[in-house]
Amino acid sequence: MEQQVGTFAVKKGLAQMLKGGVIMDVVTPEHARIAEEAGAVAVMALERVPADIRASGGVARMSDPELILKIMDAVSIPVMAKVRIGHFVEAQILEALGVDYIDESEVLTPADEQHHIAKHDFKVPFVCGARNLGEALRRVGEGAAMIRTKGEAGTGDVVEAVRHARQVLGDIRRLQNLPEEEVMAFSKEIGAPYELVLETRRLGRLPVVNFAAGGIATPADAALMMQLGVDGVFVGSGIFKSGDPARRAAAIVKATTHYKDASILAEVSRNLGEPMVGRQISSIPDQDLIAGRGW
Amino acid sequence: MRIGVLALQGDFHEHLLMLRQAGADTAEVRLPADLDGLDGLIIPGGESTTIGKLAVAYHLMEPLRRFAADRAVWGTCAGAIFLSQDARRDQPLLGLMQMRVIRNAFGRQVESFETDLTVPGLPLKDGKEIPFHAVFIRAPLIETVWGDCQALVTLPDGRIVAARQGKLLATSFHPELTGDDRFHRYFMEMASSK
Repeated sequence: MEQQVGTFAVKKGLAQMLKGGVIMDVVTPEHARIAEEAGAVAVMALERVPADIRASGGVARMSDPELILKIMDAVSIPVMAKVRIGHFVEAQILEALGVDYIDESEVLTPADEQHHIAKHDFKVPFVCGARNLGEALRRVGEGAAMIRTKGEAGTGDVVEAVRHARQVLGDIRRLQNLPEEEVMAFSKEIGAPYELVLETRRLGRLPVVNFAAGGIATPADAALMMQLGVDGVFVGSGIFKSGDPARRAAAIVKATTHYKDASILAEVSRNLGEPMVGRQISSIPDQDLIAGRGW
Repeated sequence: MRIGVLALQGDFHEHLLMLRQAGADTAEVRLPADLDGLDGLIIPGGESTTIGKLAVAYHLMEPLRRFAADRAVWGTCAGAIFLSQDARRDQPLLGLMQMRVIRNAFGRQVESFETDLTVPGLPLKDGKEIPFHAVFIRAPLIETVWGDCQALVTLPDGRIVAARQGKLLATSFHPELTGDDRFHRYFMEMASSK
């Protein structure tokens, strides 16, 4: 048999290797080395962390390929990068650069208000955000090989990530308890492909790896998301907007592994310096929230 | 038979499911005390740098080496790197298997692939020898083996993708992702032999 590249199994497989790990946002090669040294399983290469994107306003786009390449050269772990929702040419460019994963992300300004990228056509795998099971399975239907909660990026407030994780996992629990004749109406109601709804019901989980993202800032936040039932965590602004990034990064890695061990969580939470300055989501006007981008 | 899976990071849950399918009792190993009472241990796929750093931080290096002195240990992908004596860069390694590995030897993720491999000695499936479907994810290659370590599986061009040294086993690919439990049964056979 010939070697087959770019299959769904190898795209989904890389996400399976990231499970139980922490993926960190980095804006320089130096950050990337700090993240790798702290035990990150992958880094997200970008020009500005979400907190800065939020602060500066304007249109947020794919990062400069030069920066992404420098970060790829700096570390041995996988490198991810973001494209705007629906911007398939930014995705073509990142695939040509050889990034390991593309995040089709609501953190950037959407390029298409109706359609996400047709992700099956790419050899490189995609991760997408979701707030509920219907949104998660629509993205998987388009070819996403990994899902994350949207949360509310750049706030340091974990409340939306909790809401989205509880929604996705709760939707799955409800689906499993339905009598078979109600499954078709359920998929209509949540707007998800029927075959993927059936598969999710059979597996009792999403058919791809499911991480938490958007507002995680402390080891306790990471362990909270893991105990709720996600497979791993993204930390965006929470590390490099804090007082002691290297120490906080290593602590979040340990908390993600030992998420059920409260004595280890207490130990790693000690003396981490200032966390990022948070921003309560309830204080942000609706038009400035980004989780509503994408459909 | 009770087999542990090192659960610091990676696809340990996939290994646990395959072991249960093959009839083993299982345990997750995060701290040295979790090794007690196990007949064998699997080190899963994941990021070898992350797994190594966490193993050092939680004082697992020496307990793992002592465990491997008389019991079976199998590393898949990152686990294979962790078992090796030499990964050609500075990162924590158990240094148990006499082999040198090259990390990310096939390139980045867009070069990850699936293929069928001929594996001598696997249990038969429906009474027949059939190829093993293997998934390679940013996979390492076993560049060379020496001493008691022997190549077990090669690609058609001769490059080594699995090796065995007594009760230690290393594979560059991921039998835990395929649903085919023959490799796990092969390892359980190794773990039960004296």
